[in-house]
Amino acid sequence: MKVLVPVKRVLDYNVKARVKSDQSGVDLSNVKMSMNPFDEISVEEAVRMQESGTASETIVVSIGPARARETIRTALAMGMDRGIHVQTDEDLEPLAVAKILKAIVDAEGPEIVILGKQAIDNDYGATGPMLAALLDWPQGTFANTIEKNGASLSVKREVDGGLQTVKLELPAVVTTDLRLNEPRYASLPNIMRAKKKPIDAKTPGDYGVDTAPRLKVLKVTEPPARKAGIKVENVAMLVDKLKNEAGVI
Amino acid sequence: MAILIIAEHDNTVLKDATHKTVTAAKAMGGDIDVLVAGKDVEGVSAEAAKIEGVRKVVACDHISLKRQLAESMESVVVDLMDRYDAVLAPDTTTHTNYMPRVAARLDVQQISSVTGVENADTFVRPIYAGNAMAHVQSSDPKKVVTVRTTAFDTTGEGGDADVEAISDPSGPFKAEFVSEELTESDRPELTDANIVISGGRGIGSSENFAIIEALADKLGAAVGASRAAVDAGYVPNDYQVGQTGKSVAPDLYIAIGISGAIQHLAGMKDSRVIVAINKDEDAPIFQIADYGLVADLFKAVPEFTEAV
Ligand SMILES: Cc1cc2nc3c(=O)[nH]c(=O)nc-3n(C[C@H](O)[C@H](O)[C@H](O)COP(=O)(O)OP(=O)(O)OC[C@H]3O[C@@H](n4cnc5c(N)ncnc54)[C@H](O)[C@@H]3O)c2cc1C
Ligand SMILES: Nc1ncnc2c1ncn2[C@@H]1O[C@H](COP(=O)(O)O)[C@@H](O)[C@H]1O
Repeated sequence: MKVLVPVKRVLDYNVKARVKSDQSGVDLSNVKMSMNPFDEISVEEAVRMQESGTASETIVVSIGPARARETIRTALAMGMDRGIHVQTDEDLEPLAVAKILKAIVDAEGPEIVILGKQAIDNDYGATGPMLAALLDWPQGTFANTIEKNGASLSVKREVDGGLQTVKLELPAVVTTDLRLNEPRYASLPNIMRAKKKPIDAKTPGDYGVDTAPRLKVLKVTEPPARKAGIKVENVAMLVDKLKNEAGVI
Repeated sequence: MAILIIAEHDNTVLKDATHKTVTAAKAMGGDIDVLVAGKDVEGVSAEAAKIEGVRKVVACDHISLKRQLAESMESVVVDLMDRYDAVLAPDTTTHTNYMPRVAARLDVQQISSVTGVENADTFVRPIYAGNAMAHVQSSDPKKVVTVRTTAFDTTGEGGDADVEAISDPSGPFKAEFVSEELTESDRPELTDANIVISGGRGIGSSENFAIIEALADKLGAAVGASRAAVDAGYVPNDYQVGQTGKSVAPDLYIAIGISGAIQHLAGMKDSRVIVAINKDEDAPIFQIADYGLVADLFKAVPEFTEAV
């Protein structure tokens, strides 16, 4: 069984995004970029599937600028087999990403595609279900546990009320949530080994996908600022403020 | 312009997130219908019909919709969309699960978790954990929108809409429900509560969460948590507040033993009044707290509970 894992290169989760003064977007010059944290979880899951004999081949794909190759290398160093880099300098919308991924799925024939539940830059949370719909596959989003039983996949999902388990006919799309696993660090020998693993170079045009954006970004603004608060000395003062100043208890 | 709203409910109770989504739709302008999709949802449909400003309730009552799984919801909503120019749903896990499927089937880009509606095609949505707000204009012929309901007021009652039953979803579907483990609690729902009290890694154990719960029960509050507290197994996953958990905006949010990482702030910084209790005076949570108390939580929280 082949497993495909799409990964996105995003602003590192420890870095606070800064809005550009001309309101054209977020400033990404000279900031640390990393693999989307949910995608690290997807990569880890795919590698574990291979280690346990569930997966026969693991393929990582990233759609993005030249440096997205580094993100692919990271996934290869974590243990995936080979990569596909679809190079574009546009930050494509989930619909365009899902269409390219569908073309890759058609060409590669994986039985499971594991995506992150959301990319922490644009916070869309849309690509996984979009891909599932384009393929007419079932989906298990927000996965907390994944188990393959014969021709079906059992996915325990993190939902608003607690946990829900669904059974999916394969092939299927899964999106990962935080508690699925703890991603490993790549060891030095594996980083060296990853340098020899193949990465296919592609462009969106190779897949015949129209990637024109559907949403026009009119401007990107700072969120409303909160006014500075105060420190209180003790619990009695806190209770007094909440009762008599804020009127919330 | 005709807008379809998808109701948030558990087959028994219509949730206020629905009313707030109606408020968001009103800012787009046009006729508003509400879809109630579920099993044995006559009661929920009757409640939806009372929402002020709703033209019609469309009800789809079928066993395959009992858990509102993505595949069957996609089928129902997509079939309805030749009648509508836009579809809006709350950004809870139920709807964020299938709305992108609907968008893909209609060949439109979903506009996720909007906190502002400027007009029928222009929306404001937080990006980068709420550190930036994107103002986006959609050129798609139909709009598929999920709504961050904490950013909108509720819509009152007074409506008297008709309920139209529609035909069953066209299965079979390739996914089936197996089981669920729902978190039981008598406390208010996190996303609905006037007061939310959240605990973080500083609480130290699942047993220690009892001191948070005691304060919550005294104040009639909901209990939330940081990711670290969930990861450590102190509380269930559905307690997580933040960028990748729930968004809350109560009148009062009390963060206890939480440092204030950007991912946590993303889910609570729109609360009206924020209180932080932390023993580290440099914890970033104090930068957004209206009232900060530098103290050991094991001493301060029981004292707090005693005092209110
Ligand atoms: C992809 C991704 C998504 C994430 N999503 C979320 C999310 O949705 N929500 C979220 O919350 N986090 C999220 N995080 C995690 C986030 O980055 C932080 O790691 C997390 O919020 C930290 O939780 P914490 O504040 O409880 O723990 P810590 O940062 O460890 O802080 C614990 C605090 O407790 C205080 N403390 C300890 N003992 C005491 C005591 N006795 N009395 C008083 N104070 C005490 C300490 O001073 C410290 O400030 C995400 C991270 C990633 C990478
Ligand atoms: N440019 C991209 N290249 C590869 N995968 C992507 C890309 N954008 C999104 N994805 C995948 O889709 C998931 C959800 O992203 P989003 O829908 O943008 O929140 C990510 O976690 C990735 O798995």
